[in-house]
Amino acid sequence: MRYETPETTRDAAALLAAEKGEAYILAGGTDLLVRMKAGLLEPDLLVDIKQVPAMNGIQQTAAGFRIGAAVPAVELGEHRALGRTWPGVVEAAKLIGSDQVQGRCTIAGNLCNASPAADTVPALMAAGAKAVVVGPERRRTVPVEKLPRGPGTMALAKSEVVEAILLPQRPAKSGDAYLRFIPRTEMDIAVVGAAVNLTLERGVVKTARIALGAVAPTAVLVPRAARAIIGTRLDDAALEKMAAACSAACNPIDDKRGTIAYRVKVAGVLARRAACIAYERAGGKR
Amino acid sequence: MRQDTKFTNQNFRVIGSRVNRPDGMDKVTGRARYGADYDAPGQLVGLFLRSPHAHARIVSMDISRAEKLAGVKAIITADDLPDLTNGNREMLDILENSMARGRALYDGHAVAAVAASDVKTARKALKLIKVEYEQLPHVTDVDEAMQPDAPVIHDWIFTQGVNPTPKKPSNVCNRTEMGHGDVDAGFARAAHIIEKSYKTEQTHQGYIEPHACVASMGPDGSGELWVTTQGHFAYRNVCAELLGLDIAKLKVTSSEIGGGFGGKTHVWAEPIALALSRKANRPVKVVMTRDEVFRATGPASSTSIDVKIGVTKKGRIIAASAELRYADGAFPGPWAILGAMTSFACYDLKNVKTVGYDVICNRPKVAAYRAPSAPMAAFAIESTVDLAAAAVGMDAVDFRIKNAAKKGTLSSYGVTYGPIGIGPTLDAAKNHPHMKAKLKKNQGRGMACGFWFNFGGQTCSTINIAADGTVNLSVGTIDVGGSRASLSLIAAEELGIPYEHVKASVADTASLGHNDMTDGSRGTFSSGMATIVAARRAIEVMKERAAAMWDIPVDKVDWKDGHAVAKGKKNSKLAPLSLKEIAENSPNTGGPIAGHNEFVADGAGVSFASHLCDVEVDPETGATRIVRYTVIQDAGKAIHPDYVEGQFQGGAAQGIGWALNEEYIYGEDGRLQNPGFLDYRIPVCSDLPFIDTQILEIPNPDHPYGVRGVGETSIVPPLAAIGNAISNAVGLRMTHVPMSPPRILAALEAGE
Repeated sequence: MRYETPETTRDAAALLAAEKGEAYILAGGTDLLVRMKAGLLEPDLLVDIKQVPAMNGIQQTAAGFRIGAAVPAVELGEHRALGRTWPGVVEAAKLIGSDQVQGRCTIAGNLCNASPAADTVPALMAAGAKAVVVGPERRRTVPVEKLPRGPGTMALAKSEVVEAILLPQRPAKSGDAYLRFIPRTEMDIAVVGAAVNLTLERGVVKTARIALGAVAPTAVLVPRAARAIIGTRLDDAALEKMAAACSAACNPIDDKRGTIAYRVKVAGVLARRAACIAYERAGGKR
Repeated sequence: MRQDTKFTNQNFRVIGSRVNRPDGMDKVTGRARYGADYDAPGQLVGLFLRSPHAHARIVSMDISRAEKLAGVKAIITADDLPDLTNGNREMLDILENSMARGRALYDGHAVAAVAASDVKTARKALKLIKVEYEQLPHVTDVDEAMQPDAPVIHDWIFTQGVNPTPKKPSNVCNRTEMGHGDVDAGFARAAHIIEKSYKTEQTHQGYIEPHACVASMGPDGSGELWVTTQGHFAYRNVCAELLGLDIAKLKVTSSEIGGGFGGKTHVWAEPIALALSRKANRPVKVVMTRDEVFRATGPASSTSIDVKIGVTKKGRIIAASAELRYADGAFPGPWAILGAMTSFACYDLKNVKTVGYDVICNRPKVAAYRAPSAPMAAFAIESTVDLAAAAVGMDAVDFRIKNAAKKGTLSSYGVTYGPIGIGPTLDAAKNHPHMKAKLKKNQGRGMACGFWFNFGGQTCSTINIAADGTVNLSVGTIDVGGSRASLSLIAAEELGIPYEHVKASVADTASLGHNDMTDGSRGTFSSGMATIVAARRAIEVMKERAAAMWDIPVDKVDWKDGHAVAKGKKNSKLAPLSLKEIAENSPNTGGPIAGHNEFVADGAGVSFASHLCDVEVDPETGATRIVRYTVIQDAGKAIHPDYVEGQFQGGAAQGIGWALNEEYIYGEDGRLQNPGFLDYRIPVCSDLPFIDTQILEIPNPDHPYGVRGVGETSIVPPLAAIGNAISNAVGLRMTHVPMSPPRILAALEAGE
């Protein structure tokens, strides 16, 4: 196995493109190294992206925030402006694994691991986040929801690398929230996740995006659920309609982590609770 | 020499104090050596190839390509392990469980093992071994395994305990019946009869340290094994018998142990590690992965239990019966027997009957798990007891107080009790502030009782007095929960010296006589007794030495507060001699001073506990949070209260995990779906409240200090206490453990 530490994103992409065997990007390694130690993967090439300056650091720009692909989750929690603007995204990142895991893991890695249960992906989808994707030839900016294709598969070419995650700037009176259900209090993987992002105008929901995790082969945006609360003050009837739309959007499996019936029901419950938190964060009073 | 071990109610100097444990510093600094921390020069890496099938015939196995791989030094299959057990089927089961003999009996069953110069080579070699399997029908559920059309796993199992013995083999290896009186007559006179069926899923002990050992066999037939174990003497005896070695020529040294809870009372990879070493003529190190620990060591039984309780109008249990079906995994065990024995042990019953069925299925061979088999039985019984109390309109605690066993009660398993603690723990529960605490919305309170026998067994300890008056205490029971601290306190108490002057060690198998394992909550009980007697014998020697130093007859010497004291007017001018002074002079008075004791520790006192628990259930997700938890248990005498409380808390913590989330999940294909701590969900710290404890001390009349074992009883009540609390919180009876969020939510939806 070769281990490379390129210093530009383009070099990283070139290394991937040139490798004939199995190549993997190493950021925090909290998924990759675990699989390697378990003997599930035997890479021929590891491309460690932590030495790439463009992949490090969180920048606040006129357009919003740019979070490098090698930035560990713990740094999201320490960035005050990011936490004020996108508390739902940050709380999702702060739910991954444990303190120790968060010291290494990245949200770009969380996205590219392509698990339907990833905590940050629904929060990023709800937030309207985009990924900066770099290949040897070109660079493109893709909405996060266009990337996961199914468990373990991404809409990325073999030589493409995610360089950063972009979060938009947002109007006043906005709030987002992410909740997940796990049977324990930590060190677990979502049985269901729900993210709600909304903006208010005089107490009325003007725009909303709602996304669910662990209820389908990928995290999913649920526009019908968003429509159910747009134009409302998040009254109980609107919440019920939204919860029903969330449950209806679920296409889960029965597995060791939960049943179909359980996931369908709890998706609505969590979306309702997350919507109330987001509404409150946006300054709304129910 | 007969030793008197009756309770004497003596006054204590250091017993009952909370001193630092001698192994604490090493453990917090990382210096302590656990199973995987041993290495031998030239050692090889041992890895196992395991069956991916629940039940399969091994049609053929080709190891030729693996053998030729550079760096591979030995490969072991069943062909290398002749049956030397002389018709002892139990021993053959252990051998067959260590390595499949023609058939893989569960997902994870070892079929071959490799010793190679490094991990990479060993892994490569495993991939080069070609096994052709013929998949056979499998069964993993205990009730399904008992059906007449179930695939019969062993053609040599004919149900024992039924008359006449069946002519057809089945998966039911044993039927056992316990009890007394006439239950039918009792039920006929009952005002209310409660009947309920329960299921509990399979759990693992979940010790953090995986099994690990270094095995080294020499060409002369001598060998050494460094291993994490609860019983190095037992490991030695079993490995020697399976491999045809002389017992005394195999030296087993135990490491520090990172949890065992019964799971390290049984050999798994150790005989194979020795076989690999013998074949390779090199030391071999084997460290299991977590996946292997879950799939191929010894979890607890899954169960299916029916309970029937009849009560009078006034709230007396007039008849009680239970049928208990325990899955033993791939080989027979005593698990349903223990369930049937412990079921109604807390109660004073005229008419009681329990029937246990031990059942074979395609799961790993079950091993002991802390009070083995009792928690599942207690879940079923104590849930039904709550229903019985409700049927007569009585409070759950008052109902239990009314029916509790006491001194003189003929227990459901046939023993007549001496002084016991069930009544006092119930009284303490009734009066505990926990009982009066206010409950909030969606919260419920539950309680339950538990019983465990405790064991004694073969024990052997030695005290050696060093030349400066410090003391080596060598014991043969593994320290799993602070016993070196407790036993050092006992030695210090008897010898009259400071605790800090005693250094306790777990001796290897070449340095002491046979000791049974640390199981049955016997470590402090039995090694404590052996330490008391060994110390008293050392004192006899020191009295002789003092007499020699003074030149007076030994019958004129007394021992008091760590000193030899001369008796009689004639000797009144002789100043007392300290232990240190006697030790310093020992080279001139007869050489080293020691005290030794070997015996069978009889009279382990039974132990009872009552647990109180408050839970909060989220009605929309079915998630349960433990809000408050209190353990009240009889310790007989708490030698070191910290470690008694630690045992109480640890049992409750494991019970909480078992009650709420832990379970083996098998797929339709009979393969284990969750062999790891991510999806086999033991509690993390933040899942648990502070677990409050109350130690009661009702002396065991058969121990000099009154000690009863304390390690196991604490895991018996939690499943039931939590089940009762959840049922009180949501108004529905939960009958399936674990009471996981999906199960609770499904019950709530069905209930609505």
